[in-house]
Amino acid sequence: MTANPHTPVLELRGISKRFGALQANDDIDLVLGRGEVLALLGENGAGKTTLMNILFGHYAADSGSVWVADRAGVLQPLPSANPAAALQAGIGMVHQHFALADKLSALENITLGTESLWRLSRGDRSARTKLDGLMRRSGLLVDLDSPISRLSVGERQRVEILKALYRDARILVLDEPTAVLTPQESASLFETLRALTADGLSVILISHKLDEILAASDRVAVLRHGRKAGEVSTRESTKAALAQMMVGRSVPSPARTPREPGAPVLELVGVSVESPTVRRRLDDVSLQVRSGEIVGIAGVSGNGQSALADLLSGLLTPKHGSLLLGQKPITRFDPGLFVQSGIGRVPEDRHHEGAVGAMTVAENTVLENLSEPRFQRWGFLRKARIDAHARNAIHDFDIRCPGPHAPIRQLSGGNMQKVILARALDREPQLVLANQPTRGLDVGAVADVHRRLIAARDRGAGVVLVSEDLDEILALADRVTVIFRARLSEAMPAEGLDRQALGLLMAGQAREAA
Amino acid sequence: MLRLETRTAPARWLSFAVPVFAALLALLLAAIPLLSAGVSPLQAYRVMLSGAFGSQFAATEVVARATPLILTGLAAAVAFRARLFNIGAEGQLYAGALAAVAVGSGLIDGPAVLMIPLVCLAGALAGAALMLGPTLMKVKLGADEVVTTLLLNFVVALFVQMMIEGPMKDPMSMGWPQSEPILSSAVLPNLIERTRVHAGLIIAVGAALLAEIVMRRTVLGFRIRAVGHNPAAARFAGMSVTRTMLVVGALSGALAGLAGVGEVAGLKGYLTNDLSPGYGYAGIVVAMLAGLSPLGVIASALFVAAVFVGADSMSRALTVSSYIANLIVALSLLSVLLSSVLLRFRLRWEGKPA
Amino acid sequence: MILDILLTVSFWAAAIRIATPLIFGVLGALVCEKAGVLNLGIEGIMTVGAMAGWLAVYSGCDLWTGVLIAALSGAAFGLLLSFFTVTLGLSQHVSGLGLTLLATSGAYFTYRVILPNQSTPPRITPFQPLDIPVLSDLPVIGPILFSQTALTLLAFVLVGLLTWIYARTPLGLALKAVGENPAAVEAQGLSVAWLRTGAVVAGSALMAIGGAFLTMSAFDAFFFEMVAGRGWICIALTVFASWQPGKALLAAILFGAFDAFQVRLQQVAGGVVPGQVFLMLPYLLSILALVIWSRQASAPKALMMPYLRGQR
Repeated sequence: MTANPHTPVLELRGISKRFGALQANDDIDLVLGRGEVLALLGENGAGKTTLMNILFGHYAADSGSVWVADRAGVLQPLPSANPAAALQAGIGMVHQHFALADKLSALENITLGTESLWRLSRGDRSARTKLDGLMRRSGLLVDLDSPISRLSVGERQRVEILKALYRDARILVLDEPTAVLTPQESASLFETLRALTADGLSVILISHKLDEILAASDRVAVLRHGRKAGEVSTRESTKAALAQMMVGRSVPSPARTPREPGAPVLELVGVSVESPTVRRRLDDVSLQVRSGEIVGIAGVSGNGQSALADLLSGLLTPKHGSLLLGQKPITRFDPGLFVQSGIGRVPEDRHHEGAVGAMTVAENTVLENLSEPRFQRWGFLRKARIDAHARNAIHDFDIRCPGPHAPIRQLSGGNMQKVILARALDREPQLVLANQPTRGLDVGAVADVHRRLIAARDRGAGVVLVSEDLDEILALADRVTVIFRARLSEAMPAEGLDRQALGLLMAGQAREAA
Repeated sequence: MLRLETRTAPARWLSFAVPVFAALLALLLAAIPLLSAGVSPLQAYRVMLSGAFGSQFAATEVVARATPLILTGLAAAVAFRARLFNIGAEGQLYAGALAAVAVGSGLIDGPAVLMIPLVCLAGALAGAALMLGPTLMKVKLGADEVVTTLLLNFVVALFVQMMIEGPMKDPMSMGWPQSEPILSSAVLPNLIERTRVHAGLIIAVGAALLAEIVMRRTVLGFRIRAVGHNPAAARFAGMSVTRTMLVVGALSGALAGLAGVGEVAGLKGYLTNDLSPGYGYAGIVVAMLAGLSPLGVIASALFVAAVFVGADSMSRALTVSSYIANLIVALSLLSVLLSSVLLRFRLRWEGKPA
Repeated sequence: MILDILLTVSFWAAAIRIATPLIFGVLGALVCEKAGVLNLGIEGIMTVGAMAGWLAVYSGCDLWTGVLIAALSGAAFGLLLSFFTVTLGLSQHVSGLGLTLLATSGAYFTYRVILPNQSTPPRITPFQPLDIPVLSDLPVIGPILFSQTALTLLAFVLVGLLTWIYARTPLGLALKAVGENPAAVEAQGLSVAWLRTGAVVAGSALMAIGGAFLTMSAFDAFFFEMVAGRGWICIALTVFASWQPGKALLAAILFGAFDAFQVRLQQVAGGVVPGQVFLMLPYLLSILALVIWSRQASAPKALMMPYLRGQR
């Protein structure tokens, strides 16, 4: 372990946790010093979130213990599986998926659970005084009376941090805090963190983005397959070294040969979808996707990506504008019809829309092709053919599973995604829609998915890649467009694109400047 | 240390063990009310057993009672698979019976080969029509189908009462509120002489077989399962959730309607407002005990029927209220829920780590 | 003719009387649902409350002890339901129906055990209309509001109490939040399981008092099937009331007025239209309420979503 110049405020000793066959945490030791930012780096599935859930008392560790400094600075053991005790000890956590009640106001969300339940009246006035002070000092400004549903994603994150500060947290855990922010918003968040750590707050920053770890942390602990793979001082480390430590091997970036695009396979002309929320809306969107190219849709989450993806999946009918598929205008918006007309779709949420967890791998491979004569006759399933089809998919896509008759929910995220890819790419669609196709996957599975998308492009399909991961877009796309507040920017060639400029577009600033 | 662990794949034997365990647990729990009524549970169950299976006649009575239960059980099983909670089988049963009487008591007449299918069709259609409303309200407007179907049960009961006291009243009934009798050409024939087992049993068992095949082997069954497990994924894959739900609702209502046809055309001959002693509600228990498996419904319907028949003779012999049967059936439902936890988790005994 | 009915004091007094068990029932359902649990045990719990309250008084307890016993028996069934739906996270639909079947048949069985051969239900002396000095003598309002029985006044007081709890107290905030986002509640160090269990137990006790009103105030004896779907109607009215105590009161009274109106209309038009048509109306009206108001944003977001700690 590297020397730690700070006084320790938190120690994790020998934490282990197992879920069924998966060893999520294996004998992990961690020390956090006062006023420092410790980055916890690791791939999806490396055990970061599990470890923090144990720290916060959401899970009980199978073995090991958590020690937290009391007000006098003496380390005390923390009772396990007790969120109330963790809060009491001054640990605050900002989850990746915010733990906020939408209909309640910011103030209500912050004060929830901070007073005795048997008080006859809420002490809102003193809460406001304290929060006003906190907001002034930290710069985390929000309208306390606004219901959460009316706040932007960035504001919701501020409410989450204020929740912890309001409870006098001395240790703040941030789980992937920048996933929902623009590069500029992220920078401002890190500035706030610096101010807070100067005040004595200690921060654990969970991330898999190397750039921001290098920019924002003092020390990095790397987890791999549930074990601690290493711990370094940020100043003495490099991006390549961290990546090597995180993955255990060097990661090749996807091989992509330049290719001349062909005829348009998809055209959106002035398409609008109406909705009260931005994430479900599209305003006058035009886009052309040609055969043999990948068009990346970049943007901060919640700016209309869902609407665009749903539109291309056949789930939404536009109010205005037209959608041409291979020069033919589409008039009926129906997911089944879209599949038949040659669109392969990879949905954003594997578990919610991509697969029926309780059904088998084989059944999931034919979920959208069921009515084709090769899988049914007179309404009766042709089970032998379905099984054969599934076995081919398992072989071709290297799906690791107990067999075609295993329920798909038993599969890992990466293998489930391969089933969905196998289904989407089954009949060599001319257009492929991939919405956040690698979210939550480990590096190996990510590389696999990228390979498949590039192969589809090389075969001559047009690919629409919707992703909040700028690195992914820049690695795969031939052209890039940015979605902001339900509008699409002009598509730009990816070659030589400036990250900073993209970041500004994602924050909607370039438009105003232009 | 004893601990709960999530099962990744439920063992096959459990799908048989769970209902058996649940039934035994229900009988065990029912000992409490029996004891409080001053009856020895062992003696009570002995009387029940012989009351249900002690004689050939008793056994046929169980089969006769199981007939509507198979159909209402299927109604629940098929609907619940699609997560359509049809609790209106009681009302749909009466609607089916009412339609059977309306068509079969003199409106038209013909040979039995024509009349019987016609009466069945009328009953099935009436049941299906009654379930389409709540299904539409659920799919299109988000109205909880449990509450709407439950409320409709009361509406149908009143409607039946209105009809048999009014337009459909039998003038020969000497003032009793009952419908005109079903024509003899529309009566479902007895299967066994001098018992109450009628051809409705063939319909019920046939329906169970058919439902099993539909669920396992057909595109429709595939869609029903997909929509039930994950409607969002089903919609994304291009299935019409609305259409699937409507088909399921119609099938479910039709099955319950057929149960009503069997009761009027096979057993009673005319419609009264006490035609069903809660077969519709008991069907939910039958379906849950069967783990929503259509073939399993036959077995669990026989169990529930045996409880009813046995409890009847027990209450006569030991002067315990026959409500004990409803109590055991209710306990079976809660027990099967409890046992389903066993399916999801596994108890594991672990020594202290060294 | 319609105005003649609507403008009489006796009509509105009847409306409030009919509304009272529904006020308890809707408040009970609302407390459970705001915390995220749909309590379909309501029909059975009301039956148990009706039976237990009546039985207590029949065996010599005073009326308020009877109400307390009814509430406790409802709470016990609520505890059972929360074990199934909160602790084990099982289907709220099926568990609730199971509870209704159990509670109903349990109540009937108990009644038969105690009175094996009674054909006419034995009577008790029920709550009498209040005679509050000054208030009961007020014109119009006096007979409508203050000459009801004490249970009706209790229902009104509870509406105020719940409104205040939800709007003003930390407990109310927690009980609301747990039905919106249980993860948020747990992240703030509160126990989701305890809050939900508490809400279901308290809500069930309210439902049981609603049932007890039937045997201890509206009537003076226990009959089979006397709850007659009032529980299900309450579930529908809760949706209509947008899960707000004040609107719940309004919904129940509107419904009571409609029911009272229907009864009076029946007396007038009884010869022409069969009585059952009028009797159907309350059920049809409830379905209509569900159909119109089900798709609304005010529904608790985590309603019917089980929350099990530490589950992945």
